[in-house]
Amino acid sequence: MARLQLTNVTKRYGEMKAVDDVSLDVANGEFLVLLGPSGCGKTTTLRTIAGFVEPTSGSVRLDGKDVTDLPPWKRNAGLVFQSYALFPHLTVSQNVAFGLEMRKIPKADMPARIAEALRLVRLDHLGERLPRQLSGGQQQRVALARALVFRPDILLLDEPLSNLDAKLRQDVRVEIRELQRKLGLTTVMVTHDQEEALTMADRLVVMSEGRIRQIGTQHDLYERPADRFVADFVGRSNFIDGTIEAPGRFRSGGGLEIACGEGRTGTATLALRPERVAVLGSDAAATDNRFEGRVEFLSYLGAAIDLHVRISHAERVIVQLPNRPENAPPKIGDAVNLGWNRETARVFQD
Amino acid sequence: MTGRIGMRMLGRLALNGAATLSMAYLLLPLFFVTWLAFFAQEIPSFPPDGYSLKWFRAVPGNDRFVSGFILSLQVASIATLLGISIGVPAAVCLVRMKFTGRELVSSLLLLPLVVPGIVLGIALYVFHVETEILTEIPILGSIGGLIAGHVLIVIPWTVRLVTASLVGMDRAIEEAAQSLGADRFTTFRRITLPSILPGMVAAAMFGFISSFGNLEMSLFLVGPGRTTLPIAILQYLEWKIDPTIAAVSVLQILFIGVAMLLTDRFVKISRVV
Repeated sequence: MARLQLTNVTKRYGEMKAVDDVSLDVANGEFLVLLGPSGCGKTTTLRTIAGFVEPTSGSVRLDGKDVTDLPPWKRNAGLVFQSYALFPHLTVSQNVAFGLEMRKIPKADMPARIAEALRLVRLDHLGERLPRQLSGGQQQRVALARALVFRPDILLLDEPLSNLDAKLRQDVRVEIRELQRKLGLTTVMVTHDQEEALTMADRLVVMSEGRIRQIGTQHDLYERPADRFVADFVGRSNFIDGTIEAPGRFRSGGGLEIACGEGRTGTATLALRPERVAVLGSDAAATDNRFEGRVEFLSYLGAAIDLHVRISHAERVIVQLPNRPENAPPKIGDAVNLGWNRETARVFQD
Repeated sequence: MTGRIGMRMLGRLALNGAATLSMAYLLLPLFFVTWLAFFAQEIPSFPPDGYSLKWFRAVPGNDRFVSGFILSLQVASIATLLGISIGVPAAVCLVRMKFTGRELVSSLLLLPLVVPGIVLGIALYVFHVETEILTEIPILGSIGGLIAGHVLIVIPWTVRLVTASLVGMDRAIEEAAQSLGADRFTTFRRITLPSILPGMVAAAMFGFISSFGNLEMSLFLVGPGRTTLPIAILQYLEWKIDPTIAAVSVLQILFIGVAMLLTDRFVKISRVV
């Protein structure tokens, strides 16, 4: 268990910067998730922490000790790969034993340590199987046991759930998180799946094009996204482009006058969460903004219903309604009134 | 409807027919050689006058066959060991490293498989002559020269089969080993080597068989009084055509067949090739 610090880490491949000036401080026992689309540098960052990528500049420190120049086999980091990377010619027990052997743990202590690790992932009965005789979910747990058994300073997870089917993935998320919390293990996970990231993380790091766009808790990222990219990548947003004509008065590209919060005059984009826009009944209390629109498309999602409502020739917004028996959803072609208060929309300006 | 079913049956019939024909074409010579080895008469003719085991009894009595077998066994074994120890590191470099001229080196290592044996033989012969003139080291007709030539037969098999094993291997398992504390050498020994072992065994098998049965190249490299088994067979054929040759061939087929079966018990070659 340890604190992990990355200071101004940059990795160049020729002209391309795969990781661009990334600094992170992961507290002891914290679960940090690197989130971003493919090619955003999150995996390169993780591989830098693991020691497989040597940064062009910057440093990696583990528990205060500079490990930037240490090879992977001297870093004491437990790593779980996307493909699990189990040794195909070794049994489950032998796979788990590998890290112990490398650390010259006395032979006599090994069976107990292996059994303990396998019990942790609830696979104590499968020690003699070969990896190919296991299901994907079981292989994933062996990989986890193998990474935990030697009590690493830090646990690194590289898209560990992307090869599991959707239902299993939801269970394993919770399982890994509870295990990590129980062991108090500093953990960095890489994923492109925002739901996974939001479920598991203490803090999230949103990356794109090698750079950190924002670091924060789920609440920070969702309620106060730093820029348009984060607002779009974490959760959903409606974006309305236009200009702020005067403080608090926004004119959309489609000509609507919208009351907004902060922001200086000039070009701006409003970001509006679909579930924060209300469909107003005739008796509704006044809101700062009220626009009449027409439902053009409707998706029935079970727990919620998405309405795509045209409010001007240039703007169509998605509104998410909770699916409750008492509010019958409108139909395609219906006229509806949408309303939101000025603080509901975030303003992004360059 | 019926037309489609009819077509499908016709297709299956054609496939089975073609398969049967090909198998027959491959197996008939083996069948006739084996049959011939048991003929009683000296000049093979149909139908046989009777059957006998005397040709098999004659084989161990023939010094040329016995010494040829021993020499072929020695040459093939040593050449296989050397070829594997050169070919495996070469394959690892070719797959794992990026360097200029990689394609060229790769083609060069596979070349002996493409060049006709007789061309290879002449080339090596000329090379040995020139080297001997220059350095006065007696290579020409030496057992060292013969083995060196046979190493060339083993290398392409090794490079090809081990390369295929390495390419098919998940690189992440090597990184997993390193993250668990294994340095590069330990990773190779404990993880990479077991993964490419079937490829190596298959390469040794095919290299050995190619070397053991090689005639054209060996013709140029053997010295006086030193003949490999295929050469002994050829020389015998120049004088006699009695079924002894067939008996030798049957023994050779059995020898290789048993070797393959034994190997397959330990490593499933069929999974690699």
